[in-house]
Amino acid sequence: MRTLTEDQVEIGSPLPELSIELTPTAIVSTALATMDFTPVHHDVEGARAQGSKDIFLNILTTMGLVERYVTDWAGPEALIRGINVKLGVPAYAGDTLTFTGTVVGREDDEFTVEVRGRVSLGDHASGTVRFALPE
Amino acid sequence: MTLITDPTLHDRLTALAERQAAAGEVRGLAAADPVNVPMIRHWADAMGDANPVYTDAEAAAASVHGGIVAPPAMIQVWTMPGVNRRARQGPTPVDDVLAMLDGNGYTGVVATNCEQTYHRYLRPGDRPVPATRFTGLTGPKRTALGEGYFVTWNVTWYCDDEPVAEMLFRVLKFRPRTDRAGSGAQDGRTDSGTGEASAGPRPPYPLRPAVNEDTAFFWEGAAQGELRIQKCADCGQLRHPPGPMCPSCRSAARTHVVASGLGEVYSYVVHHHPPVPGRQAPFVVAVVELPEGVRIVGNVVDCPPSEVGIGMPLRVTYRQMDDELVLPMWIPREP
Repeated sequence: MRTLTEDQVEIGSPLPELSIELTPTAIVSTALATMDFTPVHHDVEGARAQGSKDIFLNILTTMGLVERYVTDWAGPEALIRGINVKLGVPAYAGDTLTFTGTVVGREDDEFTVEVRGRVSLGDHASGTVRFALPE
Repeated sequence: MTLITDPTLHDRLTALAERQAAAGEVRGLAAADPVNVPMIRHWADAMGDANPVYTDAEAAAASVHGGIVAPPAMIQVWTMPGVNRRARQGPTPVDDVLAMLDGNGYTGVVATNCEQTYHRYLRPGDRPVPATRFTGLTGPKRTALGEGYFVTWNVTWYCDDEPVAEMLFRVLKFRPRTDRAGSGAQDGRTDSGTGEASAGPRPPYPLRPAVNEDTAFFWEGAAQGELRIQKCADCGQLRHPPGPMCPSCRSAARTHVVASGLGEVYSYVVHHHPPVPGRQAPFVVAVVELPEGVRIVGNVVDCPPSEVGIGMPLRVTYRQMDDELVLPMWIPREP
């Protein structure tokens, strides 16, 4: 795994797409790894009792996957400075979460990537990630 | 579109929001465990994140970090309350606003924004402490899910006194429409302790306080989020419970002051039996000593009865029991 250098990042260039299968195991294991024990993230009956069709991804995982999407592309030494996410439709078990992204700006040493995570219902998360690359 | 369906509630919410914003930053409990490699490994494994700076000591040592670091997006994980939420969660200035919305039918919750800024990467051994500020209430707005208020708060995590990360979090608290509105919702529960989406009208709370000429000011205060203590208008002595005459100078002229809302357990009982309508045993009934110099009886909530003790520092909270009644209750606070 190599980290990109600044001259390898072009404004306007797209990031490679990343698709994540949201198996029940993925939903539950990430909820627990983020210390989120709310029933809607591991208990199908509990989720349905609240009007959801199934268990769904928790927000701390959405943030983690957005971060992973950018560092998978930029490399292990990319320095993540910030993640702003607008939350949309829920990402239910059984769905596929597909990330797309574009480099949209640079200010001093900081790059901004626009990221969209889509599921079958629409945008699950959209926003920006700010990062720097090592000298 | 903005609509005001209940001007009294809107005024009460606005007043409470202003007070909570004025309370400034409230520190919560430090991470139960310091930043550590097993939790990072568990997280990276579940996320499918193979970045070696998180888990591979050798690769991390050779990297720009010089050693293992935690994924920045794990910041909130370190201070999550765990399975037994109530025992391990400090109060925040957001709680009372969410409770008032819950109590008035805005029981649905969906998170709309999560914005995080990382000032530096955390390393094993760091022990972040969250501090929460209440920063905004807007509404009521008509939304696809139902009428609701947007509630915003900011959390800063500190290691010692160094701010290491910040988060803005916004939820929509909405009145679920009767035709099942839940399908569009993401849960908004965070380390600041929002409830889950749920619907349904609230049955009247079966126990009513005796409201009369002597006590009406107290209950009117509670409904507005104020803990009011009766004060003799002549000699100035505070007294509680309220009564018609000053026990010190026998004057019938009275007024009141608004207490700070702090207190500590002077004495308490844990009620197990007999059953009490509208309440689930066991619950704690405490005599709370206020720094203003009077004692007041109230429930200690958001805390297992086994953890209540004499001298325990408390802060008042206001619980909407039904559409009309608000009871002051007490929650643990950091000394």
